[in-house]
Amino acid sequence: MRQNVKSWFREGTPWIWLNAGAVSISIIMVAGLLLLIAYQGLGHFWPKAVLETDYRQPGGDRVRVIGEIHDTESVPVERFTGTGVEFPEGQEMVTRLLVKTGNRDVGGLDFRWLVESRMEDVRYPDQLMVLERREWGNFYGFIKSVREQGDIVTRGEGAWEELQARLERVERLHAEIKTLEKDRIGTINYQLEQLRLEKRGLELEGMSPEMAAAAIADERSVLEARYGKLETELNALYEASNRDSLTAVTMSGAETDVPLGQVVRAYRPNAMGPFDKVGFYLAKIREFVSDDPREANTEGGIFPAIFGTVMMVILMSILVTPFGVVAAIYLREYAKQGPLVRIIRIAVNNLAGVPSIVYGVFGLGFFVYFLGGNIDQLFFPEALPAPTFGTPGILWASLTLALLTVPVVIVATEEGLSRVPSSIREGSLALGATKAETLWKTILPMASPAMMTGLILAVARAAGEVAPLMLVGVVKLAPSLAVDGNMPFLHLERKFMHLGFHIYDVGFQSPNVEAARPLVYATALLLVLVIIVLNLGAIAIRNRLRERYRALEH
Amino acid sequence: METSSEFPVSLDNSALNARQRWRMIKDRVAHHAVGLGGVGVIIAILLIFFYLLYVVFPLFLPASITKLNSYPVPGGTEAKSLHVALEESATMAVRYTNGGDAVFFDTGSGEVNTTIPLWEGDVRSIAVDSTGSGLVALGLEDGSALVVQHRFNVSYPDDLRTVTPEIEYPYGPEPLRIADEGVLLEQLVLTDTDRRLLLAGVADDGWVRLAAFDKKSSFISDEVTLKRNAGVVETAGVAPAFVRVSPNQKRLYIAREDGTLLHYGVQDPRKPELLETVALTDNGVELTSLEFLLGGFSLLAGDSEGRLSQWFPVRDEQNRYHLERVRGFEFQGAPITGIEPEKRRKGFLASDSEGRLGIYHSTAERTLLLDRVVDSRIRNLALSPRANRLLVEDTRGNTHIWSVDNEHPEVSWSSLWGKVHYEGYDESLYTWQSSASTNDFEPKFSLMPLAFGTLKAAFYAMLMAMPLAIFGAIYTAYFMAPKMRSVVKPTIEIMEALPTVILGFLAGLWLAPIMEQHLPGIFMLLLIVPLGVLLFAFAWRQLPGSIRRLVPEGWEGLLLIPVVLFLGWLAIALSVPVEIWLFGGNMPQWLTNELGISFDQRNSLVIGLAMGFAVIPTIFSITEDAIFSVPKHLTFGSLALGATPWQTLTRVVILTASPGIFSAVMIGMGRAVGETMIVLMATGNTPIMDFSIFEGMRTLAANIAVEMPESEVDSTHYRILFLAALVLFLFTFVVNTVAELVRHRLRRKYSSL
Repeated sequence: MRQNVKSWFREGTPWIWLNAGAVSISIIMVAGLLLLIAYQGLGHFWPKAVLETDYRQPGGDRVRVIGEIHDTESVPVERFTGTGVEFPEGQEMVTRLLVKTGNRDVGGLDFRWLVESRMEDVRYPDQLMVLERREWGNFYGFIKSVREQGDIVTRGEGAWEELQARLERVERLHAEIKTLEKDRIGTINYQLEQLRLEKRGLELEGMSPEMAAAAIADERSVLEARYGKLETELNALYEASNRDSLTAVTMSGAETDVPLGQVVRAYRPNAMGPFDKVGFYLAKIREFVSDDPREANTEGGIFPAIFGTVMMVILMSILVTPFGVVAAIYLREYAKQGPLVRIIRIAVNNLAGVPSIVYGVFGLGFFVYFLGGNIDQLFFPEALPAPTFGTPGILWASLTLALLTVPVVIVATEEGLSRVPSSIREGSLALGATKAETLWKTILPMASPAMMTGLILAVARAAGEVAPLMLVGVVKLAPSLAVDGNMPFLHLERKFMHLGFHIYDVGFQSPNVEAARPLVYATALLLVLVIIVLNLGAIAIRNRLRERYRALEH
Repeated sequence: METSSEFPVSLDNSALNARQRWRMIKDRVAHHAVGLGGVGVIIAILLIFFYLLYVVFPLFLPASITKLNSYPVPGGTEAKSLHVALEESATMAVRYTNGGDAVFFDTGSGEVNTTIPLWEGDVRSIAVDSTGSGLVALGLEDGSALVVQHRFNVSYPDDLRTVTPEIEYPYGPEPLRIADEGVLLEQLVLTDTDRRLLLAGVADDGWVRLAAFDKKSSFISDEVTLKRNAGVVETAGVAPAFVRVSPNQKRLYIAREDGTLLHYGVQDPRKPELLETVALTDNGVELTSLEFLLGGFSLLAGDSEGRLSQWFPVRDEQNRYHLERVRGFEFQGAPITGIEPEKRRKGFLASDSEGRLGIYHSTAERTLLLDRVVDSRIRNLALSPRANRLLVEDTRGNTHIWSVDNEHPEVSWSSLWGKVHYEGYDESLYTWQSSASTNDFEPKFSLMPLAFGTLKAAFYAMLMAMPLAIFGAIYTAYFMAPKMRSVVKPTIEIMEALPTVILGFLAGLWLAPIMEQHLPGIFMLLLIVPLGVLLFAFAWRQLPGSIRRLVPEGWEGLLLIPVVLFLGWLAIALSVPVEIWLFGGNMPQWLTNELGISFDQRNSLVIGLAMGFAVIPTIFSITEDAIFSVPKHLTFGSLALGATPWQTLTRVVILTASPGIFSAVMIGMGRAVGETMIVLMATGNTPIMDFSIFEGMRTLAANIAVEMPESEVDSTHYRILFLAALVLFLFTFVVNTVAELVRHRLRRKYSSL
């Protein structure tokens, strides 16, 4: 046996196994990470059962607790020393549950840790209702009655159906409010701001303030009149949406009124069948990708972040492709190959390894303060001292990321160009084509998949980069998108939201991290999916490209 | 024959010619356009470096001064100037004379704006509030003092900045009594707080008289009534040359000409208490100047040999404060005649008897300028609050106005990278603390803790990533079946594109709490997994061949996945029992209580795991390429000579590929050094210098991300953050270049093989 082990070691086989172990660990980590994100991200939207239980508190009192189980863990008994919770002698481990009890406006706490062994009579009544609200998080309780203008309309069993019907009405009203606020009033506000700037511009041209005011007075009064009308309309809508309310019993037994205007969605998870749950799940996913965030980004959707990310990436691609390709063509086809070009090539290559935050610092200093500041002086003096381009915004973010990713495009394009066999180049030139024609008609088409690969890799890198964006344009909540219905439709100076920054912000800066965490997982999943798809695309294109040249080489 | 002439072969067909020319033009245009574009892009990329340098550069410039104008002392020289002060933007100045006048004059022309008589008789001495409030006490002949305050009211009639001077009597137009009737006072001092006005001076008997006026504001009106408490400090024998009271009215310093300083506590002004006696100068050297630095904590002493030194109270082991010499400044050559502290920074100016002026900064220990400004002695020196204008009054009756360009005195090599003894600290430290709520705060710009944190984070990340990535790459490139390799390699490589913000989020919110819960398990993983793998391998070898052949060679990695999963589960499952058995059920607490190691939830261990994970794909990919491209005939030759695969690997393959592996490690390190989001999210971001694996750090990159959005453009802080970026840039650039050169050489070597 001993001889056996010794020779085994001498062969070196154990080390090979250890090396194999390293690969296995890496694979497990990668796969585990993706599975973790997928599980946590996808699970969030599934309606969770809501339990009702009597909980024995350390003092001996029994209280009713209603909520969703959020997390389970088992900890040694020692961690409870000093909390007043006692356990039978000899017990070593304690299972405790993190229960989301909601009703933050009533109880103050969203989450509680409960010790499992002290939970008695755990039940899942069908009647338990969950309300998703616009403020204060979820509400858990039993419905008692529905009121209109404070008067009870329905009570008892029928109240649930009545509630659903009335919620539909409220939802319609809210959609109207949203269009009114965002589109129509937003447009008027925008035009008023433009008028103010116009007036200031006239003053800067030497007109007296009175004359400048007179010049815009007509337009201004028209807009203000329209604004007044819309405001009355809006107030009427708000009043209508607050007409109804419901009364519900919370876990402490208290009755609470919830105005229906506050309710986004009401459901009874314990009474749902599998199909209801799937429907609910899909509806939640739709809300997630297409709605605006609520409650400091911890609830609702992430549409503005998706929009901001895509918008920024598109702008970046528009900027990075021509420049990257031209630089690559220059380096490979036009520049005299020598030590200088080799140094430049190494330098460009290495810039891809420079930390992204350095690009952020450069973007802030050069683009935002230097370029933006000068642009403001030259073209937007009427808005000063409020900066227009002299402040972080989507244009500067895109430019910074374009600079960050241009080495990727250059390297990929150069590689593609170098793979084009020189016989093709020479053949074209021998047929009398000029260099430009050779390039345009033969080489570039053949290198185009390489450019695509470079661009996709650049996009994948840009989409996941957060650190530089924190300096040059990302905000936690952008009041308006960079594209809207107001002239000139594309507002490059605006700040924007971003999926990656959303993760950082909601996960670390939000007041209620525990409640927001599932949403962060879902956002992370979305981002990972986008990036993996882009990368797989790049790999597929690269492989196809290789096949193509393999055919050419023979 | 006739048909052939109709065939369009003629080359001087004009249409064809035009087309040919057009093609040539297009070619030329394309050539120039591509050249221009290419060079432009490359310049734009290089611009990053030069722009960073351009922003950082002013940090290291010395100060410079330029004379704007000179004129005879405004208001004439019959009455001597006691004190001169400049207005915020230095367009106007006030001059207090011993004739009892306040002369306001325009600094541009030297014309007198207004002269306000304050006192009819002679003024013996003057005291100025060191906080820059404009409060001034005039020492009168009868042992009392008149407290006045000058104000420069700024208004903008017709968009023109206009300054209107004004004199106020905040404590009434009557002089306040300091000493008894008939005592002459020299060396007057004044300090003013919300609760108390404190005046002191040296009487002609050589004793120091103190008078504290406690303020009581009445409820009905804004009127303030003063309650006087007086005290006397008996200074034996020699007359005090300087008396200074700290702005918080707790410490009284009395210095004699021979440099002896008496340090009194004046909590109760009626009973000053002598705390210690210190010698500020060497034996036989006269003390010629003594002033407070901004904030009133440090004393600056100038002597007759032209030396300057900074002193402040430092706590000793017995928790008692002693005045200590903290640092000295460059020798100025001639006796120091005056020290003028800056009003917003910890810098100061010193003048000497030969008309030279020195500009210094205390924290940075930097002499920014040393230049002769006048031919005679400097009588009065005044610096504007923004420290950009200087007024010099010489003894020949002239006033000179200088413009001072001194934007970033706080920065020097020693303040950035060395240990600095900051005010209020017991010893010299590396500290980063860029801002605080108070005005007289001493900014601490040591990049050392940040650089240290950066390297610490990179170190732990590499500790985790290097073995996994390199060993994994060796196996993948050399032993793994090609089919499995074609799946494994892209899977690991794709993780390189995974946004680090996701890794940071998972590390901070998921991994960190889990690791705190299962700390023993995490350490056991290090032991259990390798041992378990070996044990499994050995057991596998003992199995009958029929089973072993089910898994072909090169697929061991796949076979090990369930094994590693099981071992990992085992380590975590054993964690709690081990924790109960060895660490009393709570390892973090045990570490703190038993070993005195403080434990942060977001610590270096978390960083090591998360950032290691981020770096693995980079190292893996390059190492794998390097090993895979080792020419096959080398390995075949070795195997044919009878070496085992492992021997071939260690003696042939790894040696040949070692430059590639080296460059992989370098590039991985470059990535770890510059990583921002993981560190930002998974550590506490405290700039401490501690190797402990259970504590966090703050890295250069994370520091930039945290502080950059709040720093004021072109301020010293802003430029230092740019410097941090430049350091990161240079570090990664150099590391990557070295790696790249090594790789190039390797490629050449392969091609020669």
